[in-house]
Amino acid sequence: MVELALPKNSRIRTGKTWPKPEDATNVRKFQIYRWNPDDGENPRVDTYWVDMDTCGPMVLDALIKIKNEIDPTLTFRRSCREGICGSCAMNIDGINTLACIYGMDEIKGDVKIYPLPHMPVVKDLIPDLTHFYAQHESIMPWLETKTSAPEHEWRQSIEDRNKLDGLYECVMCACCSTACPSYWWNGDRFLGPAALLHAYRWIIDSRDEATGERLDDLEDPFKLYRCHTIMNCARTCPKGLNPARAIAQIKKMMVERQL
Amino acid sequence: MAFVTDRKRVTGLGAAKSGTHHFWTMTVTSVALLVLTPFFLAIIGPLLGASHAEVIASLSRPIPASIVAAYLVVGLHHFRLGVTTLLEDYVRGLARKIWIIAMTIVSYGLAAAGLVALAQIAL
Repeated sequence: MVELALPKNSRIRTGKTWPKPEDATNVRKFQIYRWNPDDGENPRVDTYWVDMDTCGPMVLDALIKIKNEIDPTLTFRRSCREGICGSCAMNIDGINTLACIYGMDEIKGDVKIYPLPHMPVVKDLIPDLTHFYAQHESIMPWLETKTSAPEHEWRQSIEDRNKLDGLYECVMCACCSTACPSYWWNGDRFLGPAALLHAYRWIIDSRDEATGERLDDLEDPFKLYRCHTIMNCARTCPKGLNPARAIAQIKKMMVERQL
Repeated sequence: MAFVTDRKRVTGLGAAKSGTHHFWTMTVTSVALLVLTPFFLAIIGPLLGASHAEVIASLSRPIPASIVAAYLVVGLHHFRLGVTTLLEDYVRGLARKIWIIAMTIVSYGLAAAGLVALAQIAL
């Protein structure tokens, strides 16, 4: 049965309030989810105050400043700081997004930061994406061909290449899948918007010769048909992609080959 | 703790090779209901507050009776498919199967009762 309440050991408590920076006039309050697997404690929300006059404009800038200057134990993933690696995906101000490209001017009031929802937490803001990556691997995210490789490259028309726009840009940050209620309830069997967007990216690739097998592998009440076009995926995608449209296109192709 | 690889966990029992029929039937019945609903309301709406004799007279005519019958059958078939999806979403294990069987009985039971009632009025 669907669980509407968190288990006892996952209930979030009020955490530590860190001191305000001295002599700062432009401070902003940050409330950040903390959980350490080693201390046996429940998760908590710590409060930090950041001097905005000496901080960059993005949420990731503030997180790095907190880690460097206030609390070095704060744990989060980050790498490229320009929205291309997908590492710093987290729930900021109630929406899943990338901390590096989410400006603090877009947030009214306190900045509330949690890990991506409904995923096991490794520590603080780091979710365990093992299952998510395995789901991505399962859709065979590579070119499958049966014809012998051509002497030069596999050729593709400009029109066919254009069909990949809006799909290939996905950075696998997991914002969409972890925003999807169907993925929350049935994430063990539903592939989720990210994996399905990637599946569609290969299904419509004119060079790929495994279209039928790819559709066969997706034809399942849970793998594909748990999508009920809730559209949270399209709303939250920090890259502006539309996984719900890709899933709808897969469903259309499923019908197309039966009628 | 089970020593199972992540890939095996995702693969599970493999693709069921079904779901498209359910999806397409939901689409077809949705379109049918879109057409039938205005006619159904046009038949049933004026009967609200009408006398027993007026209701019997209206539903005894072949076209209104056919539309109400079609609405019952298509509507409850659509309901069964929808509620199955809902149960698959929210209920797990044996309870899921029991609920799906129960709601299938309720859906077709209601359709049968409605058709028998309509037949008694119309014939």
